[in-house]
Amino acid sequence: MCQVDEDYHDQLEHADAPSVSKKCAKCKEATAAVVIRAGDTYCRDCFKEYFIHKFRAMLGKNRIIFPGEKVLLAVSGGPSSCSMLSQVQEGLSQNAHKKLRFLPGIVYIDEGGAVGQSVEERRRTVAELRALFRATGFPFHIVPLEQVLDLPGSVVTVAPSPSEQPASAYKAAVDHFIQSDGGSRLTPQEEQETSHPDVQESHTQSLQQLIGSAKTLTAREDLLSTLRHHVLVHTARTEGYSKVMLGDNCTRLAVKLLTSISLGRGAQLAQDTGFSDSRYGDIILVRPMRDYSAKEIAYYNRMFTVSSVFIPGLDTMATDKASIQRLTESFVTKLQAGFPSTVSTIYRTSEKLQTVCRSSSTADLFDRCLLCMCALDTAVEDASAFKATQISEKLSQTKSPGAPRTKTQRQIQAPVESESTAPSRQCCSSGGENCGRAAAGGGGCCSSAKLSETTNLKSLMCYSCQLTIKDMTSVERLPQYILSEAQRRQRRSQMREEISEFLLDEGDGGD
Amino acid sequence: MATEHQKPATQQQQQAGVSSFTLVIYEQENFQGRCHELTGPSNNLQEAGVEKVGSILVLCGPGAKKPGNLQTQRLAMPVLCSSCAEKRAALKRPKTGHSLCKDCFFWAFEEEVHQTIVAAKLFKHGEIVGIAASGGKDSTVLAHVMKLLNERYDYGLELMLLSVDEGITGYRDDSLETVKRNQQQYELPLKIVSYEELYGWTMDAIVKQVGLKNNCTFCGVFRRQALDRGAIMLKVDKICTGHNADDVAETVLMNVLRGDIARLRRCTAISTSSEGDGVVPRCKPLKYAYEKEIVLYAYFKKLDYFSTECIYSPNAYRGYARTFLKDLESVRPSSIIDVIHSGENLSVRDGVKMPVQGTCNRCGYISSQALCKSCVLLEGLNRGLPKLGIGKHHRLHGKILSQQPLTEKEERKLKAVDF
Repeated sequence: MCQVDEDYHDQLEHADAPSVSKKCAKCKEATAAVVIRAGDTYCRDCFKEYFIHKFRAMLGKNRIIFPGEKVLLAVSGGPSSCSMLSQVQEGLSQNAHKKLRFLPGIVYIDEGGAVGQSVEERRRTVAELRALFRATGFPFHIVPLEQVLDLPGSVVTVAPSPSEQPASAYKAAVDHFIQSDGGSRLTPQEEQETSHPDVQESHTQSLQQLIGSAKTLTAREDLLSTLRHHVLVHTARTEGYSKVMLGDNCTRLAVKLLTSISLGRGAQLAQDTGFSDSRYGDIILVRPMRDYSAKEIAYYNRMFTVSSVFIPGLDTMATDKASIQRLTESFVTKLQAGFPSTVSTIYRTSEKLQTVCRSSSTADLFDRCLLCMCALDTAVEDASAFKATQISEKLSQTKSPGAPRTKTQRQIQAPVESESTAPSRQCCSSGGENCGRAAAGGGGCCSSAKLSETTNLKSLMCYSCQLTIKDMTSVERLPQYILSEAQRRQRRSQMREEISEFLLDEGDGGD
Repeated sequence: MATEHQKPATQQQQQAGVSSFTLVIYEQENFQGRCHELTGPSNNLQEAGVEKVGSILVLCGPGAKKPGNLQTQRLAMPVLCSSCAEKRAALKRPKTGHSLCKDCFFWAFEEEVHQTIVAAKLFKHGEIVGIAASGGKDSTVLAHVMKLLNERYDYGLELMLLSVDEGITGYRDDSLETVKRNQQQYELPLKIVSYEELYGWTMDAIVKQVGLKNNCTFCGVFRRQALDRGAIMLKVDKICTGHNADDVAETVLMNVLRGDIARLRRCTAISTSSEGDGVVPRCKPLKYAYEKEIVLYAYFKKLDYFSTECIYSPNAYRGYARTFLKDLESVRPSSIIDVIHSGENLSVRDGVKMPVQGTCNRCGYISSQALCKSCVLLEGLNRGLPKLGIGKHHRLHGKILSQQPLTEKEERKLKAVDF
């Protein structure tokens, strides 16, 4: 009898194992509270530990944030960035066993103006976030996106990075920091806040016109994210931060990677989705949340009551096919439901990539895209997609010489995009500054100069940003700092052309 | 009123004069989104607040309904060919959005393929080139255009048709008939190699054993090798395949979804660079041609082609990438080329492990493993373990090579599963 029982006992236990076990897979004691992936069950405590460890491990592995460094956390109010904020808080708390050693600050960019929120709604959102930020005790900056209209041209130039630090420097810096007892230095920073000076209505209008001048939601979203980055970097520079932490999680990055590919940003993929992004030179963007899936974050936020604020974006409530970004997101989400490894597979692809030319930050100013600041990818060989498109454009607009008809006029139309001519009345309306600029650029005022301006601007942009510009009714609405930087670059390249025969090394711009 | 297809538009205009009718214009496809009703001629739809038209419903006469979906697009008024500015445009190019007349479109399409061939230096004077012909639209157009350009620009190539008979009843046998007709029309020599003679298996037999999942893996791997073998029999210097821009873009997306970094890197190459015995370089002259334009070309040229979806393909994973790409194209038509541009400009970080090209120990074909994929698949079929080649079982290669039997546990894993 006994023996029979024992036999069965063994088998019964075995049969239990494959079904969802109720025990934590890690400590094997406590009752499981979450299932992250099939088979990965965690109890509350183990999940917390796992989550916190991941954050610290990500920073530890990459060794990019030096002790005592000022780091700006870009918090949008969404679950992912709020979770990042809570992780930083956790890491800085007194009893954290391996304390984080940097000085955090928070930035929130209020995009309500671009998205079309009312002043009242914006005020409410900001108030909610302010309460959230105050509770952290970190200094914070609430910046309206309207500020993008007043940015200096330096935002779209690459600032020299403060001397490349070798890997060994990190360890030395840590040691030095510990010896000098930096711990006391960074604990209670005086709580400061910069917030919103009231946004002028005219500014909001200009911003809306700028976003509205993009005809497609795809271009609008792309433009918005570019402008957002510019404001982030500018805020970091003016407030003395050297790193910006973004809250992109694994799911988000998988979507972003596929979106980037669909938008023609293959060359910039690594920068768009990697852990660190040094396209701005002095300010480095980092993505410490890239190992967490959206699901993990949602679980964590719920279990440990990390609050977030819902803020509608450009594509909120939009249909699946409203934009490429939106389409990709729904595609990845749906595929993930059927093939649970989709997100992680796509994400791992991003880890194997690097940018085409590792820019040797000197003198390559002309080779950076005016909008996204990545290395230009338009100087390609003849047999390429880019050239093939140009040929198609040309062939569709010029008369076929071999066709059995009159061979006289080879060019009926100049190969210029017709859409850029569309709204020509707005030129001189916005206070004469357009005229002044056009004159300074060497051309006459108004519509005659405008066509060439679009084409000229395009030559300063990467493949993908050119597509965005192509979707805009007019480049006139672009913020002043972008337009003037464009002119500066054009003047420089003109100069360089004039003196080109006397330059010994062509690659050296002499900046 | 401009529409993608010129014909429906003219019909509508004629009806306007004759009888009473109602046109309902919808902003989105499938008669969704904002709509606007028209009962008489309208000179400017934009005045009525209509910016784009996704579909048009025509209600006229005794209850006639002619629903038709159009591509989402902007309205442009009079449609003259943007190239010659003389003739009426007959189509709107999916690639650039320009409206062209038939002749200018033919010229542009052929010229682009020519430019691709010249820019990428695909062929040398005097080479023998095999055109992989399946009888479908891509290869039919490829054969047509290659023959035409070879004469027009004096490439000095000797062209041949090369077909693979996978042994799919109701699909390939019919499409091969098309190839045989093409052979007559283009007066090119034709060689057909079949799976049955090369491997002893037809796709019908394979599907019987494997089921409808993963069967495309067998077909794809076998076809690649079959093409090479056929090319060697014909003694051609190069093979050109009918892969179009959509195919390439789809492959880029698919390799991202599968995390296959090695393929991701080489899938956008216009020609294979692999040098080895038993491998004939392959190239894709239609790499930058949109699938839609190929169809348009074949349609207006009245080319004879076979257009049926393979009866075994509906379950392929590629289908997801395909649907996604089509959706992307409908949001932004340039997406296809954009994806290819992305693929061409990707670069892989140093230190990422890449497979090294070697040769198969059994058949001598190129392979990154000890055994090439087709030998593994074939072994699996012959042993009655079809899953041997699906997924990763490199560990078993040694055993297969030395003809050792597999353990019972290993076998159980590799047996076909009922779906």
